[in-house]
Amino acid sequence: MPKTLFDKIWNAHVVTPEAAAHPATLYIDLHLIHEVTSPQAFTVLRERDLKVRRPDRTLATIDHSTPTLKDEDGAPLYVNDQAKTQVATLLSNAAEQGIETHGWDSDHRGVVHVMGPELGATQPGMTIVCGDSHTSTHGAFGAIAFGIGTTQVGHVLATQCLLMRKPKTMAIELTGELVDGVTPKDVILAIIAKIGVGGGTGYALEYRGAVFEQMSMAGRMTVCNMSIEAGARCGLIAPDETTFEYLRGRPHAPEDYDAAVAEWRNLTTDAGAIFDKVVTIDAAKIRPMATYGTHPGMAAPIDAVIPNSDNEADAKALDYMQVKAGQTMANQTVDRVFVGSCTNGRLEDMRAAASVLSGRQVAKTVRMIVVPGSEQVKAQAEAEGLDAIIIAAGAEWREPGCSMCIAMNGDKAAPGELVVSTSNRNFAGRQGPGARTVLASPETAAASAVAGVVTSVAGLST
Amino acid sequence: MSNQPLTTLASRTVVLPAENIDTDQIIPARFLTVTSKDGLGKHAFNDWRYAEDGSETEHLLNQDAAKASQILVGGHNFGCGSSREHAPWALTDYGFRVVISSEIADIFRSNAVKNGLLPIVIEKGAHNWLLDHPGADVTVDLKKREVRLPGNGGTYRFDVDDFSAHCLMEGVDELGYLDGQAGAIETFEKAQAK
Repeated sequence: MPKTLFDKIWNAHVVTPEAAAHPATLYIDLHLIHEVTSPQAFTVLRERDLKVRRPDRTLATIDHSTPTLKDEDGAPLYVNDQAKTQVATLLSNAAEQGIETHGWDSDHRGVVHVMGPELGATQPGMTIVCGDSHTSTHGAFGAIAFGIGTTQVGHVLATQCLLMRKPKTMAIELTGELVDGVTPKDVILAIIAKIGVGGGTGYALEYRGAVFEQMSMAGRMTVCNMSIEAGARCGLIAPDETTFEYLRGRPHAPEDYDAAVAEWRNLTTDAGAIFDKVVTIDAAKIRPMATYGTHPGMAAPIDAVIPNSDNEADAKALDYMQVKAGQTMANQTVDRVFVGSCTNGRLEDMRAAASVLSGRQVAKTVRMIVVPGSEQVKAQAEAEGLDAIIIAAGAEWREPGCSMCIAMNGDKAAPGELVVSTSNRNFAGRQGPGARTVLASPETAAASAVAGVVTSVAGLST
Repeated sequence: MSNQPLTTLASRTVVLPAENIDTDQIIPARFLTVTSKDGLGKHAFNDWRYAEDGSETEHLLNQDAAKASQILVGGHNFGCGSSREHAPWALTDYGFRVVISSEIADIFRSNAVKNGLLPIVIEKGAHNWLLDHPGADVTVDLKKREVRLPGNGGTYRFDVDDFSAHCLMEGVDELGYLDGQAGAIETFEKAQAK
């Protein structure tokens, strides 16, 4: 029987099949950990006198609570002692269990979903988990990758397995071609706007069509990253030459690379395989997008009018955002701009922002910070001189980390401020109590910083 | 380390009707720098319950009736957003044992079960009734998979898989079960290494 890519990978990792009485026991190839969702799991291990079963299949970094500013001596400026303790706890837990860790002294430290692929630890056909919902990012390599809670982090540390029931499958078919100026971020925002924030609940998504085949790995990661914003725990794209070229030569890439690639070529959905659901979207109709409400499904083309809704929650969201149905997001006044995160913190995103900022100035009324996704992104961007362009335009160039995406390290907006952000969630208060978040691409974020109002690049006067 | 067993409970409900209540509302990220699970209840729905100066707002959740409740009824698509288990930790520490909605996000649902918090997805009609009757005395019977509404509200069945129900009713956690599969896991690893 023809199989979907998801089914192939799932089936290859079943230790004990699911039954009415119990879920499947699923083997996990790669477990990524960070400081926020792991300390309580290590505590459980200690209480039960358990060891990490496969430290060689576990990778640790620090990203969420880490500051993006350092003092004169190069010491990180923590938001409080609790954050500092949390980072220290991760480092000591990982050291105690013999886990490869990318802490302050590593030139690979970074946002966990930027770091894994950079190291080549993320590979096609794998099952990958992390105590972070944006683990779906790694699906860009043709892996089943999903976020888990802390109790499950403990399960994987102790047993390298998880108990799970198999989700249904949904194909997201993009037909036709994108028009100029439309980015991967616009594509995923358009998909979420179409299927809704709960539309993917209970499903694994597979993104299909020439648009994804032509996308860079960075673009594919941006798309898969936000699968969870449609409610889907994972989203994946079949691996191809782009994937194989990306991984070649990376520190964790398989030794016999050609043999690995030969296996990976089988990782496609068979012709005639049946998905539980198929959603088709016309790529040519997608335009540069921005969110106008307080969840990522409330997204529309920047120039489109904000739709009217009789739904109470939607009305409340518009009130919170201080916008009205019938207006557009275009020309809304911007206070802050954030470029970074596991969604858009890669080298391509830094290049995109820098290319818009080059020869232009950030508006005096706007404060813009650019936060590279990892030490690698930072070093490469600096080698290309992108930091100089960004700083010359009047934006700040920071140390790598999650920063204003989750706003738990002290990087945040003030109440009422409007932030154009390349991150993944525009929930009320996400970027600081009362802060208003508009999700968009790095190109749109940079253009909006220059204009001082929300605009696409096309809307910038030269 | 095991959770308190849950079989049947009767409680007044607390109703938060907003749709898409995300985990950033349940527990804002700035409270995630903790390294233990304890004491998060005071920050459950922090930004709804406290003003900027830290004083309590008039919010429902600051009233004694809510603090005594064990059943939270949320709007459609409850618990969407991040994977933070701090969300169910905050809710259980506040005092809730059951969350009812017409849709509950996957990761939140999985996290809830592991912390003795029963997530119930109920049909629209019953959900609407619950939204329209805040503070109703509702009985949840996990063994029978039933939610019993007072008066003429009726009785509604809900689905929960046998394994989760077993864990919740017995108060056991899954790690013991997984650990019991060490042999099968080893066999799998050997086969995969070939």
